Parts: sequence; C-alpha cells; structure tokens
Amino acid sequence: MKDLQAVKGAAHQNLKHDSAVKQVQGRADYTDDIAEPIGTLHAYLGVSTVTHGKILSMDLSRVRQAPGVVTVLTAEDVPGVNDVSPTGRHDEPVFPTEKVEYHGQPMFAVIAETRDAARRAAELADVEYEVLPHALDPVAAEKAGMPLVTDPLKLERGDVEAGFDAATHRISGQMIVGGQDHMYLEGHIAFAIPGEDDDVIVHCSTQHPSEAQHMVAHVLGVPNNAVVVNVRRMGGGFGGKESQMNLFCAVAALGAKKLNRPVKIRPDRDQDMTATGKRHDFVIDYDLGFDDEGRIQVVDSQFAARCGYSSDLSGPVTDRALFHADNAYYYPNVRLTSRPQKTNTVSNTAFRGFGGPQGAVAAERMIEEIAFALGKDPLEIRKANFYGDETDGRNVTPYHQTVEDNVIGRIVDELEDSADYQERRKAILEHNAKGGVIRRGIALTPVKFGISFTATWFNQAGALVHVYNDGSIHLNHGGTEMGQGLNTKIAQVVAEAFQVDFDRIKITKTTTEKVPNTSATAASSGADLNGLAALDAVEQIKARLVAFAVESRGVSEDAVEFRPNHLRIGDETIAFDTFIKEAYMARVQLSAAGFYKTPKIHWDRASGTGRPFYYYAYGASCSEVAIDTLTGEYRIERTDILHDVGRSLNPILDKGQVEGAFVQGMGWLTTEELWWDDAGRLRTHAPSTYKIPLASDRPRVFNVDLADWSENREMTIKRSKAVGEPPFVLGVSVLEALSMAVASVGDYRTCPRLEAPATPERVLMAVERLRAQG
Amino acid sequence: MTYQSTIRFLLNGQEKTVSSVKATLTLLDYLRLEERLTGTKEGCAEGDCGACTVMVGRLQNGALHYETVNACIRFLASLNGCHIVTIEHLAGPKGRLHPVQQAMVDFHGSQCGFCTPGFVMSLYALWMENPQPSAHEVETAIQGNLCRCTGYEPIVKAAMAVNQYGTPAHDYLNTERATVTAQLTALAQTTRIETGPEDDRAILPIDVADFATVLAENPKATIVAGSTDVGLWVTKFMRPISPVVFITHLDELKFIKMTDDALTIGAGVTYSESQSAIRQAFPHLGEYWDRIAGWQVRNMGTIGGNIANGSPIGDTPPVLIALGAEVTLHSTKGYRALPLEDFFVEYGKQDRNEGEFVASIRIPRASASQIDAAYKISKRRDEDISSVAAGLSVSVEDGIITDARIAFGGMAATPKRATAAEAVLVGQPWSAEVFDAAAKSLAEDFSPLTDWRASAEYRLLVAGNLLRRFHLEHDTASDVPARLAIA
Repeated sequence: MKDLQAVKGAAHQNLKHDSAVKQVQGRADYTDDIAEPIGTLHAYLGVSTVTHGKILSMDLSRVRQAPGVVTVLTAEDVPGVNDVSPTGRHDEPVFPTEKVEYHGQPMFAVIAETRDAARRAAELADVEYEVLPHALDPVAAEKAGMPLVTDPLKLERGDVEAGFDAATHRISGQMIVGGQDHMYLEGHIAFAIPGEDDDVIVHCSTQHPSEAQHMVAHVLGVPNNAVVVNVRRMGGGFGGKESQMNLFCAVAALGAKKLNRPVKIRPDRDQDMTATGKRHDFVIDYDLGFDDEGRIQVVDSQFAARCGYSSDLSGPVTDRALFHADNAYYYPNVRLTSRPQKTNTVSNTAFRGFGGPQGAVAAERMIEEIAFALGKDPLEIRKANFYGDETDGRNVTPYHQTVEDNVIGRIVDELEDSADYQERRKAILEHNAKGGVIRRGIALTPVKFGISFTATWFNQAGALVHVYNDGSIHLNHGGTEMGQGLNTKIAQVVAEAFQVDFDRIKITKTTTEKVPNTSATAASSGADLNGLAALDAVEQIKARLVAFAVESRGVSEDAVEFRPNHLRIGDETIAFDTFIKEAYMARVQLSAAGFYKTPKIHWDRASGTGRPFYYYAYGASCSEVAIDTLTGEYRIERTDILHDVGRSLNPILDKGQVEGAFVQGMGWLTTEELWWDDAGRLRTHAPSTYKIPLASDRPRVFNVDLADWSENREMTIKRSKAVGEPPFVLGVSVLEALSMAVASVGDYRTCPRLEAPATPERVLMAVERLRAQG
Repeated sequence: MTYQSTIRFLLNGQEKTVSSVKATLTLLDYLRLEERLTGTKEGCAEGDCGACTVMVGRLQNGALHYETVNACIRFLASLNGCHIVTIEHLAGPKGRLHPVQQAMVDFHGSQCGFCTPGFVMSLYALWMENPQPSAHEVETAIQGNLCRCTGYEPIVKAAMAVNQYGTPAHDYLNTERATVTAQLTALAQTTRIETGPEDDRAILPIDVADFATVLAENPKATIVAGSTDVGLWVTKFMRPISPVVFITHLDELKFIKMTDDALTIGAGVTYSESQSAIRQAFPHLGEYWDRIAGWQVRNMGTIGGNIANGSPIGDTPPVLIALGAEVTLHSTKGYRALPLEDFFVEYGKQDRNEGEFVASIRIPRASASQIDAAYKISKRRDEDISSVAAGLSVSVEDGIITDARIAFGGMAATPKRATAAEAVLVGQPWSAEVFDAAAKSLAEDFSPLTDWRASAEYRLLVAGNLLRRFHLEHDTASDVPARLAIA
C-alpha cells in the first residue's frame, strides 16, 4: 500500500474560512447582491412618530399618491395572523391597529418601483394619535405600573434569610448595565419571490430560517410547506437576526403575494437600529453577605431588564441572566429573581451571550464590593469563591446543576502566571501611589458559560449529505453562516469522517427545503448540534459503503477502512471517487439525512431546577488600562486571554471568535452607549452616533491563547466546545481594570461602582465622586 | 452657451459617459444599481463604516493621485475626469489574488466578510502610499472602517504584512499610470458642466471665476466640496439640494501657501492634502488632524467646507479661531476677509452673503512667546464627533500671560471664544492657580447642552480640565505626563 498523505482540512486543523477568497474579492454574495428579476419592487416601513399612543386615524392617501408607489400594506392586507412574536405570545403585530408602543414602531409598508421612492413615500403618512404617557427604563416603568412582558424566574438554593443572619459582612447596591446594538455591518434584508399557488421563496439574512419560514406562513395563512427560506450568508448576526428578521420576511412575502412581483425590503441603518431589538439593559439590585476571607455566604439579587414593548425573546434572555449571575462562583445560599419589565422602547432581543454577560458582570461587581470592603486584591476574592468539586461540595449552581467539568482554577492560575499579573499589579499600585493625572488599573476576570439552549427542544439539528457519483460531496445542515466559520468547521468534520480532502466538499445556502424544523444558529450551538447531525449522515453513508465493500469483495467489515482519499478493502486500495462510482453503479444510496439531539439535559422552569446545560466553557482575561483623570479618556494597554474551547475543531477560527468576542464585549462596556431623549427617541442609531470599537481601541498588546490541554468531558463533536458567546464575557476585565484605576483616586477604600458603558464621561464622573469623598 | 451635459470618467479602467446625472446620485448607488458592481457594500450610508470604500484617482495640476473615499456619500456628478477603482478591479499577477487580498486571507482578516471589500480598499491605498506601515499607521488608515467580527487584530497584522506579497511598483495603478493620466486628461472638462433633471441639477464650473458666476446666477445653490456633510442631507434626510455646484475639481481652490507670517489654505484643500503643511506650521495640530473623522472622510472633506458648514461641532473652527485665522469670501463682487470667529453668527447662520463662497483661510504663524494646544474629547477616541474640542493659544513673556485666545467647540451654538476665561488669564502669572481660576470662569462663557455625546455637566467640567491640562503639560516645573500617549 502506498503512503497516503493525511487529508487536507480535517478536523482540528487551522483552515481558512471557506468564503475568505470570495470575501476579499467582493465576490461573496449577500442578500442585497442577488440579481433582481425584472419587475422587482421595493418595500419600506412607515413608522410611528410618538412613543406611546392610541392610533385615532391613519390617512395614507399621500403615501399612495407619491411617485412610484405601487401599493401600501397595512394590517388589512394580512391574510393570516397579524403577529410575528417568536414565542407565540401574540404581542408583536406586523402592523399595529390600535396603538403604538415605541417611537419608530413600524405601522405600514410602502411598496414602490424603487427603494428611494418607497423611502420618500413612507414619510408622508398622516396619523392622528392620542398621546399616552411613556416609560423608557425598567425603573420608571415599574414605577408607572407597567406590566412584565413575560413570567419572571426565581432561582433559589440554600436558606437566604439564615444566610444573612449568619453573614459576617453585608453590602447591598445597584448596578446599571447598558444595552448594546448589534451593529452587524449588513443590516436587515429580505427578498421575496412569489411562486405558484401559495408558494413564496424568501431570501434573507436570518439566523433562524425555520422560524422565518413558520412566521411567513403564519402571517400569510398558508401551511409551512408553501414557504421556503434561504440564507447563503449573513454580514454578521450576533443574535440580532435570530427573531428580528421575521418582520422583514413577512412584509416582503406579503407584498410579493399581493402583487405577484418580487419584493425586497432593506431598511436604512437608522431604521434598522431604531426598529429592531438590542441587548437588554439591566438594573441589578444586589444584596450579599461574606466572611472575613471574602467568601460569599449569601446572595440575593434582582435583575430588572428593559425588555421593550413586547416579549420577543426576553423570557429566555432574562432567564439566562440568572443562569450566569454566579459567573464562576459558588453561592452557598442564593436567591435570584428576574424582572422582565415592559418599557416603551423597541423590543429587545438576543445578543451574543443572551443575558449571560449581564448576569456575569453583576457577579464581578459583587466581587469588587467585597475586595474594596476588605482591602484585598479582587483576584484573591475571585479565587476564594470559585466553584469547587465533589470533594468540597462547592459545586452546585443556583439552578441545582452540579458543575462536573470545572477547569476555572487551572485557567486562571495559568493566565495569572503568563500575564505576570502579580508583578504588574504591584507596579501599578506603585505608579498610582505617586498620584498624577494618569492612573492605571489591572483586572483578571473569569468566565464560566453554560452551553445548550435553555429551551430544551431547540437542542436538535438536522443535516443532509449527498455524495455525487463523481465523488464530490454536497453538504447542507440547519445552521447558518454569519462569519463564524460554521460551514468550514462542519465540512472539516465531514472531510475527516469520509477521509477526503476538504475541497471535495461543497456547502451551499441554508434552506428550509433541505433541512426542516431547524433551530436558530444561536446559543453558540451551531457546530455542536449541526456537526453531530452531519456526522450522523456521513456515518449512514459510510455504513452503506462498508456493506457494499463487504458484499462486493467478500471481506469482513474490519477489512474495510477509510484512508485518506482512498478506501482500503482487504489488500485492495481504491481511490474514493472510483469506489463511489462503483457503489453508484451497484445502486448504493449515496445520500443521507442526519439528526442529533443533545443528551442529558432537562430543565423545570417552575421549580428552577434541572440540568439546562450539557457542559460549560471556561476562560479568563487579564486587562491593564490607563485613565486620564482630567478627562476620563482611557486606553487599554494590554490584554491576555486564555480560553477553553475543548479540543478545537479549527484553532485559528476559534481564536478569531475569541478575539472578536472580547473586543465586542469590551465595546459593550466602554463606548457603546444607547441614548434616548425624554421624548422617547433613540438618538444613537447609526455609527455616527453609536460608537463600536475601532482598530485603535483594541488593546495595545493583545495575547490570546486557547487552552490546548482542554478536552470536553462530554461526547461533543470531536470533544470541542462552543465558542461563540463565552469569550464575550472576557470584556469584563476591561471594566474591572477601569474601576481599579478610578478607585486609586480614593486610595482603593471605596468601590467606584462604575456603571456600564464606562464612557470617558462615566469614568471622569466616578473619579469626581471619589474625589468629593476626599 | 452650450455646456457639457454628461459626466465622463474611467471605471476600473473603462471609459464611461453618463448623461443627465442627477446631482444626488451617489457613487455607491451608481455602482451597485446601475453597474451591478456589488462588491462595494452599503453599511451605513453616512460615511462612518467604510464598507463602501473605493479608490478615486484624480488629476491635480496634471499629476494623478489616488485616494480612498466613501462611495455612499460621494456624488457621481462630482467625478468627471476621475478614475474610479472598485474591489472588482483588484487582481494579482496571472489572475492570482492581489497582495492585499492574499494577506487578508492568510491572516484570517475576514469573518462575515461584509466589511472586507472596504478594508481591502483602505489597505490597498495604505500600501500604495506607505508599503511598510507601523501598527499605529495602520490604525490611522482604518479609522474609517468598522469591523464587528474580528476585533481587528488579524486585519492589522495583514496590513503590516502586505508588502511581503508584492510591491506597489508592480501594481496596476502604478504600471498604468501614464495611460490613465492620458485618458483622464482627455476626459477633463473644457466647459462648464450642467447635467441632471431640473429638480436635481448638478453644475461643475470650469474655474473659480465661473464658480462666482454660477453662484450669482443661482444664489440658492448648494455648494458641495467633499460632500461629507451634504452627502448625509441626501442619504439620511432626503433633503432637496438642487441646484448643486460641485467644486472639488477646481485646482484654483486647492492652493497651499506658506510664508514666514502665515499659512494660507484654499477652501478646496482637503484635510489630507493640508496635513503636511499643517504639521509643519503648527506641530500641535498634527495629532489632532489625524483624529478628524476617518481617512476616507479626510480625503474628501475640506477645511473650507468645515468652516462654511457652520457646525458648532466642526473640528477645525475652534483650533483655527485660537490661532487667529481669517476667512476670505469671494463673489463676483470681489473679495471680503474677516476674522474666522466673526464668521459664525449664530446656530445655522454665518456671515456669508448671497453669491459669496469661502475662498481661503489664512492662519498666522505663531509668535515666539506663543504656546499652542489643540484638544479633542470624544466618546470614542477616533472617528468620532467631539463632545468638546478646544484650541488654546497663550502667549507668555517673563512668566506673565500677555495674550490668550481660547476657543471651544461643542460648548455653544457656534464655535466660540472663552472670553471670560481669557480675561482671567491675561496679565496674570503662569501658574496652576490662575489656570484653575480660568477653568472655573468657563461657566460664565458657556451653558452647554446635554445630548447623546455628553452631558452639560461633563462638557463644562472637562472644558475646565483642558485648561488645567494645558498648564500642566506646558509647565516646565512638571514632568508628570498630563495625558495619554497616542501611538
């Protein structure tokens, strides 16, 4: 047997993103780049101009008469159900009929010959409102007696009252954490092409094609099988395109079916940012008890969230805030409650971490409180509170899941060492002790992140694998590609399983026609779920090929081996494509649908107990900052990261996820500020006013490593771990380092209680507060 | 009189003639909708994200110069005689990837890929101009490009490695320079251009005298140089602006004259074009200049436009007022010069009569006793509009402050001098106490607004602290760093 080279592009190799070459050439097509058929029309949304009001009348005659306008869509044009609520709560109309509940809420859609004509016409509505009082934030809304958008959650373990009675020290406080716009570079877009009968095909940029399909069918009043949703790729998603594309898909499909012409809808950036949801802002009230060593004895916290006018995904988002309110720490006695508060703002939605980062940042605030109260290094407090294992019994979460795979101690120890934390902290303390305008801070913060959809039924996936008779392979799965390299990773899994080179495999658009009833590509689950579904399909085909080899060669199953681009069958070595051709001629089925569902998980929301997560991903980051105490300006001098992705499917892509997530998390906590005026208008609705990090904002020194020794204890795809969301929480080290720098002004006696986002203004104001205390 | 009614240019090396070009047709819409060159993306339509970055080559006094622009806010009608180069035109030898593209692939510089063509174009321009940039130079070159996926690290690494993949001398834009120069010379306008429908009309005067005539004929015309603000009137607000006079191409407005006593800059000079002269004459403005918008906008926007626009948050007026700059207006009636601070009458109103346009800005060179500083405070350090901008020019003789010119942006309805604070300083000794008193007196000068950029409280506090910073960093007795280093 000749020496065979290992296959190119198998699992665990560093492989470039499968679209990279097209992307750098501008040849990777996004939805707006699809060639438009003759007769394509363009839709645009007309929106409310009050924040809360009863619609007294809506006169659209000027809209209809505007140049180029073909039709106007209102609630009357909805043949099915006028609702796009992803959780079936019927609280999110496509077009409202009685009231509007936030400024900029879509009320109707204009369809015109050009997008420009539709945009101009959409401004011409004459609407009379009875203006009603509004409340924009969770505190004001609670005061105004506004309801919750969904049922709150309570997690409880131990005895909180007894815990406080026995507590050595007790501190309570409040933390305000701002929201975040996704600012994906490609905004929302849907492009519907009508077909015969009830059929419609919708090309769009959604993370959740199946939900978009079901929602379009629901709005059109047709069965799901009449609607096809296609997604080739997204120009970024980050959770913002999980449920938020439903409205745009529904409008495009409504127009296409009404007029029997293709209809495209693409809001401009301002409308994208005002009319689609964001990360939830939170107001967190915490009360904690701890001992002289800084060990937490009891925690009682409430998480109130700005959910917006409807529930959308606020239920599971606020649930996940509680699931991560422990971050990496063991709370012996704990009570956590959520308050998914209705507000007169756009309905907030999924965003990378899905409430988890807001929970984790509150845990880190409590650690700070303890450290400043006891005059200790926050890292020492962190270590004292890390989850333990079965030997010390400090391994049960507030939701009663036992932490079985804890590696946070090792991660933090290794990072503390590689980042030279202790020496640098010492030097910083000495620098700050000299006084002066420039103060420095350093912080090392951990993350433990639970992996699985907490809605257990979402933890399933399908895939479709075809081997064509020339040996080329076509792969589809239910996941969507938004830049994370999911298609690349899954093709690597398939390449490895078949033992063929990566470039033999083609992945095309995600479509509801190929794989039905898929879950959102969300919760970092894309590779975990779809990778194993694809592997299942491959194994079925391989089993048939083995059976054919056994039958045709008269050998035992053991004698059949998939070798790089070949099969070894007894003494015979045969090229993969030659053998495939032979199998085809012998009528072997060369296509299979694969399926996967995550084992072990269960969750009882009513009692707040179960095992919602299959496993945890871990990581830590250490950031050093310098602040200017005259202006509040700052700079991130250095960040070191050690992150756990198990046995990485593709280390270079995973590293890209970690770096990108850190910078995005840092942006959330520093310069990305959502600002509403008193009238209820969001005034930061484009990159000119909403400031995500630039290249010059990233750390001056940036060392990122994956924990190469880690392997998932659970049987995940190739023992890897999910990577999308967990490293987002690593950005917290920047906020904590800023806090230390501010605290130096008060000689570290006072916790600065720096709120997020810590803009230069908030940093300076915190410095001023400490100065005023003397 | 018959005028040219078409716009003629090169698109990726091919000659194009477009008739009846609407004044408000953006280059991006032209590329995507009419030419179906979809590699150039729309991310924001306001010149802030860079996904639409393309390169424009223009003959200036006969020399061909390429620079990046935001196609989303650049009007096609302004591009007569230019060479537009888009992502589709990049290629390496023998059909391979261009060096910039290959570096981006090898360093994993793309994830979702939507921003990628824009980054490739910015890095292409950087490599042409500076083949071996430092990390700081790369960051400065991509201030106008947003990426939401990568965190930028791989992009910066790719940018610093491009030169290992090929040298600019072998690049198409250099090897074809003579041919393109000849082609563009032939496409240059020889008469005034008037094009577009009556309600969306574009006028390109043949020279400055013609510009004055056009304005006399159309006193309500919108004058557009870099279109970095007017572009947004169109793309964001759908505001009618017809008729539009485009002046980017007028070489007569692009002069830079340095003498012993002043630097005089034509109104059509862009931030980028003025950069080296500004750095030379006013070293304190070098770093400040790099923080005006992003590179694409600095290539488009003009100092004349920044002034004529009259915004209270423009970057250049406060620092120019502090330096005692004078603005010259021009019309068919002649020239009129006035101190820049007097040009800003009130919010939305400038001292510009019908038929007048800003022709040039004269900035006196500093005296030996003068200490100058320029500060910009913004939520994000780069490519952000200032919450507070300050220009300070203080003369000190024998330890006594003899003159003080302090101007702020973002503190009032116009860029405005802090006369109360100046009065506190003049005649007093150079000391921390005096600057502290001046800082406190700013409350008499300004009642700033609260908005999404900053609160009134922060603006006033930080403005005062900038006076304290000024003292601290120019005080010979102090060796404590008074602010964060940039690079």
